[in-house]
Amino acid sequence: MSDDLRAQVARQFIESIPHARALGMSFVEIGAGTAELSMPYDKRLIGDPATGVVHGGAISTLMDTCSGAAVMAHPVNPGSTATLDLRIDYMRAATPGQTLVARAECYHVTRTVAFVRAVAMDDNRDNPVATATGAFTVEIAGADV
Amino acid sequence: MQVVKKRRDAALATLVAGVPYIRFLNITFDRRGDELTSVLNFDDQIIGNPTLPAIHGGVTAAFLETTAIIQLGWQELWQEIEGGDASVPHSLPRLPKTIDFTVDYLRSGLPRDAYARARVNRSGRRYASVHVEAWQDNRSRLFAQATGHFLMPSDT
Repeated sequence: MSDDLRAQVARQFIESIPHARALGMSFVEIGAGTAELSMPYDKRLIGDPATGVVHGGAISTLMDTCSGAAVMAHPVNPGSTATLDLRIDYMRAATPGQTLVARAECYHVTRTVAFVRAVAMDDNRDNPVATATGAFTVEIAGADV
Repeated sequence: MQVVKKRRDAALATLVAGVPYIRFLNITFDRRGDELTSVLNFDDQIIGNPTLPAIHGGVTAAFLETTAIIQLGWQELWQEIEGGDASVPHSLPRLPKTIDFTVDYLRSGLPRDAYARARVNRSGRRYASVHVEAWQDNRSRLFAQATGHFLMPSDT
């Protein structure tokens, strides 16, 4: 897949997901089995009103979407994917007011399953907010399963 | 005796109302005595796969996590309001923080309301372990379940 085509597919991917749109997500980068997605700070996503820290659920959603995108961007070219299992570790509170960026890597794919790891960061890139590992279904486009 | 019911409902409302993200996802809570059932009220904006269509996996995770956190907060609050000190706290009680959360997706979330209940398996002074189950049409046909560990708010 050419870079232009990949970028176009990535844009369509986000635009087709109502909840990704609702959270204002956009692609930073998309590669072969990797994806980077950003989500701007939004007061509607606050989980702790005392501090203004974004709810963990919104960060999970960012990492889940980014992981799904990394699977779709893998060279085996899956027709679609769904999350089988996702584990999220929350290392620290995201700094209020800062855009969150998730980076996911689909590091192994079989005929049926894709394995992904992801990390979520705010402006401090050296100190992740959360990490995730997940297993995703793989439905190869046009494959006779 | 509706005084008791009002007091309990007010306590639950204090716990939930202050969190913008719970409003954003339109999660509400049904209370029967001390038992809570959370409801993810369906809306087109929570869709993650428009071709099926299905609820976004991230929303499912967020719904389960919110259910676990509110259940933990509610249990603490219940002990407070039922244990002699009958006054409803005016400020939002501090909620537990998620350490880790593992979601098991069993089937796709259909485009309609979803329900969840959490069971606290262990709640110590510092850490708690919670299991959550979510269903739609049939209580015994779960569409997702999760287990998570939480850091309890300290008294100081």
